[in-house]
Amino acid sequence: MIPALRITPVKLAPWLATIGLFVVWEAACRLFAIPEFVLPAPSQAIAALVEYWPAIWQNAFYTFWVTLLGFALAVVFGLALGVLTGASALVYAAIYPLLVGFNSIPKVAIVPVLVVWFGIGTVPAVLTAFTISFFPIVVNVATGLATLEPELRDVLRALGARKLDILLKVGVPRSLPYFFASLKVAVTLAFVGTVISETVAGNAGMGHLMLTAASSFRVPLVFAGLLVIAVMGVGMYALFAVIERRMVGWAFRGAEGV
Amino acid sequence: MSYGGAAGAVPAVSDATLTINRGEFIALVGPSGCGKSSLLKIVSGLAPADSGRASIGGREISDSQTPGAATSVGMAFQNATLLPWRSTLENVLLPLEVSREHRASFRRKKAEHVARAHELLKVVGLEGYENHAPYELSGGMQQRASLCRALIHEPELLLLDEPFAALDAFTREELWEVLQQLWLRQKFTVILVTHDLREAVYLADRVYVMSKRPGRVVYERPVTLARPRTLESTFDEDFVELVHRLRDHIGEVRAA
Repeated sequence: MIPALRITPVKLAPWLATIGLFVVWEAACRLFAIPEFVLPAPSQAIAALVEYWPAIWQNAFYTFWVTLLGFALAVVFGLALGVLTGASALVYAAIYPLLVGFNSIPKVAIVPVLVVWFGIGTVPAVLTAFTISFFPIVVNVATGLATLEPELRDVLRALGARKLDILLKVGVPRSLPYFFASLKVAVTLAFVGTVISETVAGNAGMGHLMLTAASSFRVPLVFAGLLVIAVMGVGMYALFAVIERRMVGWAFRGAEGV
Repeated sequence: MSYGGAAGAVPAVSDATLTINRGEFIALVGPSGCGKSSLLKIVSGLAPADSGRASIGGREISDSQTPGAATSVGMAFQNATLLPWRSTLENVLLPLEVSREHRASFRRKKAEHVARAHELLKVVGLEGYENHAPYELSGGMQQRASLCRALIHEPELLLLDEPFAALDAFTREELWEVLQQLWLRQKFTVILVTHDLREAVYLADRVYVMSKRPGRVVYERPVTLARPRTLESTFDEDFVELVHRLRDHIGEVRAA
């Protein structure tokens, strides 16, 4: 049998844990007779998912693309800024406090400003997804570049290597595992950003759908929306985990089967 | 060269006059922190000297940015520092890709240079491992590859900073043989920094003992034992006597 297809406890664990959580949740709701409008059982959420599928599907699709757009911006901008800060100690010192400060601002507070600038709708959502997800990319890429072994730098400098060469031949490849690791985190954050914006100032998307559902006490539909967002997040995380393995497999030596 | 500190700058090296003939193999031994590595940095052009001069072939080494000053230096350290995303062969070829002197010729005559890398890897016993990733190699094999990387551009001067210190005793002795073989073949100039007196006597034409910081050269001893030296010869009376004498001087330096 091909090793990759063998069922191991480690591969089974996430599925069992997820199923276990839902079983406990369902049991608790039934056992304590929790009203549907407080905490719906998973079965009720799934029933709502089926019932409202056309609306959910449309809004989920919209949220998905808005998120990817914001995330794509974050990748381009984060990579560029990360290379810049990681390659130059001066830029690092200058920009880092600003970045940390910006990252500390709750993004929900930015949405009204974005609405003033761009109006309600897609643009604020894309920008919120972008602002919330570029920070981990910048930090990781900068760290990967800044932690180059001094011996290796000496070897290259003694050869008369140009700074750009050291950056391209050593720095950038070396920071790629950090970069791909950050993508996994960033893409899930991007979903958070989109949904925040849609909730505060949206006319479409999962955030808007859930807000509308909550205001009419259709709580099972809210939970159906939460489940859909979570599934999209896990899916994108898994996709980037696979890409990470493909691109920087050398960084995972000795970790086979994990 | 000085390092700053709480009590003001402490000179790392104060009086270290070394004259090394072309093609000579010298070893620097001394207690920890005696400035051996600082001396290597000055020689390689990576750090400037506060006073005095360092020159190769009468040409001053000011810093590595001076064209032609230090481009023919090869270096290897205690850590092999191979790039994990490159194969062994690609690691060995790295200096040719980035060196100011060789990059153009590397692009033009790639096949020639690759053939030379293969040959070098063969000499150090890494034939058949060219396409292996560094993490698939043992520590000793990585260090062999690191030596190849230091030598691929045929430098005039090879600087070795405790290159075998992290290896087990048997692997270390194997690599002494490999290094001697490479040196006998190409006759580059070598400065080897080491804590291992047997290593110094086995490999070097001349051994310098340095004092505690600020480092000064306190003893100089030529090693005239016949080449190629064998591991067996390290048990000869002459060899043991030499190691013994050096050990006495190290003892004095440490006590001082």
